[in-house]
Amino acid sequence: MKMSTTAKPDTEPRNLVGVSADGSDPAPTPRAHSLMDALVFGRPAPSPDLLDPVLSLRKVHVYYGDYEAVRDVTMSMGKNEITALIGPSGCGKSTLLRCLNRMNDLIPGARVAGDIRYHDIDIYQPDVDPIELRRRVGMVFQKPNPFPKSIFDNVAYGPRVQGVKKSELADIVEESLRHAVLWDEVKAKLKESGLALSGGQQQRLCIARCIAVKPDVILMDEPCASLDPIATQRIEDLMRALAADYTIVIVTHNMQQAARVSDRTAFFTAELDDAGVRHGRLVEFDVTNKIFTSPADGRTEAYVSGRFG
Amino acid sequence: MSVTSSTAVVDQLGELPPGHMQAPPRSWWDRSFRPLLLAGLSVGIVVLAILLIFIFVSGWSRLTPTLWQNMPSIQFPELAGAQSAIMGSIWVIATTACISLPVGIMAAIYLEEYGNPNGRFFRLVEINIQNLAAVPSIVYGILGLGVIARALALGQTVITAAITLSLLVLPVVIISTREALRAVPQSIRFGSLALGATKWQTIWKQVLPAALPGTATGSILALSRAMGEAAPLLLLGAVTYITFNPSGVMSAYTVMPIQIYNWTSQSRDEFHTLAAALCVLLLVILLIMNGVAIFLRNRYQRRW
Ligand SMILES: Nc1ncnc2c1ncn2[C@@H]1O[C@H](COP(=O)(O)OP(=O)(O)OP(=O)(O)O)[C@@H](O)[C@H]1O
Ligand SMILES: [Mg+2]
Repeated sequence: MKMSTTAKPDTEPRNLVGVSADGSDPAPTPRAHSLMDALVFGRPAPSPDLLDPVLSLRKVHVYYGDYEAVRDVTMSMGKNEITALIGPSGCGKSTLLRCLNRMNDLIPGARVAGDIRYHDIDIYQPDVDPIELRRRVGMVFQKPNPFPKSIFDNVAYGPRVQGVKKSELADIVEESLRHAVLWDEVKAKLKESGLALSGGQQQRLCIARCIAVKPDVILMDEPCASLDPIATQRIEDLMRALAADYTIVIVTHNMQQAARVSDRTAFFTAELDDAGVRHGRLVEFDVTNKIFTSPADGRTEAYVSGRFG
Repeated sequence: MSVTSSTAVVDQLGELPPGHMQAPPRSWWDRSFRPLLLAGLSVGIVVLAILLIFIFVSGWSRLTPTLWQNMPSIQFPELAGAQSAIMGSIWVIATTACISLPVGIMAAIYLEEYGNPNGRFFRLVEINIQNLAAVPSIVYGILGLGVIARALALGQTVITAAITLSLLVLPVVIISTREALRAVPQSIRFGSLALGATKWQTIWKQVLPAALPGTATGSILALSRAMGEAAPLLLLGAVTYITFNPSGVMSAYTVMPIQIYNWTSQSRDEFHTLAAALCVLLLVILLIMNGVAIFLRNRYQRRW
């Protein structure tokens, strides 16, 4: 990273987004006001070339019945990186995300053409078990969806269905909740319903639930869409921390969020074809810094600078 | 969208002449509609109250422990009780529950979670279930007599009654379970599947528990209907004079509605008093069952 802004000391950046360590600061949060501020994060820049892709998509098309929602996407997600998918509403980000753990199989009429590989495995081969795939490629949904069960059972559910021994559950639950920075808030009420938590806590519970099965990849579809700035902040911090162990793909409408947390960004848009039908297309996929400071495509530039969509 | 339309409404209101907020003179129909509805409502309540008071007053003198401690007797109405009928009802309803609930819940799970709603088979089954729910109970009695009691040679036993009543309540159990399953949000299924749970695990550990209160409510109401049912059992030969409790599902039996029917057709007044007393007991049991159903519905309604 050659930008002068990277010169900021490493200890500072957290304060840029302005929440005191205990999260109790009621003062208006001096969040990053420009994308440039957001990019000042003191993270090592990812190498321009993906060296170690965990997921790679080649010429992927996704259909709902006859409608081609996503057309010809080729990109990869690197190990221990956060890849952000951005773009205007309806351009197929969620659709593409759901293909990565075959959640699209559950939508009647949904169909995928092309090649999606998890490491070396083509996940749409008939001999691939989607259940097994979803254990490795976990998902956090846009709307927090805790099960109508206790906090403990929410987190223990994934390990339980995979046959983890009862004696190990308590440790897994604690570890996952700690990992999701929720433990201190809920340790005294593990037996209470997960639905009794606040929205931000519920979302962190869903993240804890997801990491309890020790996946390899975590897919997040607008995980902060229903959260306030403080909860958003927590989840962003959490994502950065999780990136040390996991490969993360996140869909977001929040440019600053993409700029703040992701290593690479893919910009999608909905394009009209000759017949006047809209298809989601990948416009540009690059290192996040590049996308936000010197995008190659004019449409990307227009979108990230807020002149479009 | 909504913003523009609401400003439009405000604009319109602004143009209305002053005083438009005064109520316009209401028509005769407008004013009498509410009392009419109330009258309609009170017919039901008044009839129920009269009925309750009437049987309560007529049965009061026999609402004693002998009612459930003693067996029926033809010679000595003053000693007669209804223990065999009460135990018979419990046996028949418990057996009915054991048959109709698993079958009905499994059918509902198939229809909601596995079946293809556009398939021909699916629609055929669906229409049939709706039609079956409307079949008069006496028809089930004929079916039970012809097929279960005679062709299957199960005779006039608890199991024959239970199978027949199961057929009677099955459509209701299936329909109410389907509704409960449909009320479980998709996001719960997706959340479970995204964690690598199988479809069966998702249904068994997430969907069914979440649907349980609704299922229980519907099932209890269905069973309470079966409990008060006399017509099909009359055909199945439960009229016999039984002075012993059922000893198993292959035992002969009588049930409370049949015992009431028997006593009311006796000529001596003492038996009519007994019938009224047993009516009160039956009503109390049914009210308790419905109360539990309503409690479950309110207690566990929409927790997500
Ligand atoms: N289940 C579905 N059945 C049919 N069409 C669908 C389905 N889900 C999405 N689509 C269509 O696919 C296209 C892409 O939808 P998708 O939800 O992936 O967009 P998105 O980029 O996630 O949008 P948003 O940012 O609003 O969430 C849209 O045109 C949408 O109408
Ligand atoms: Mg979406």
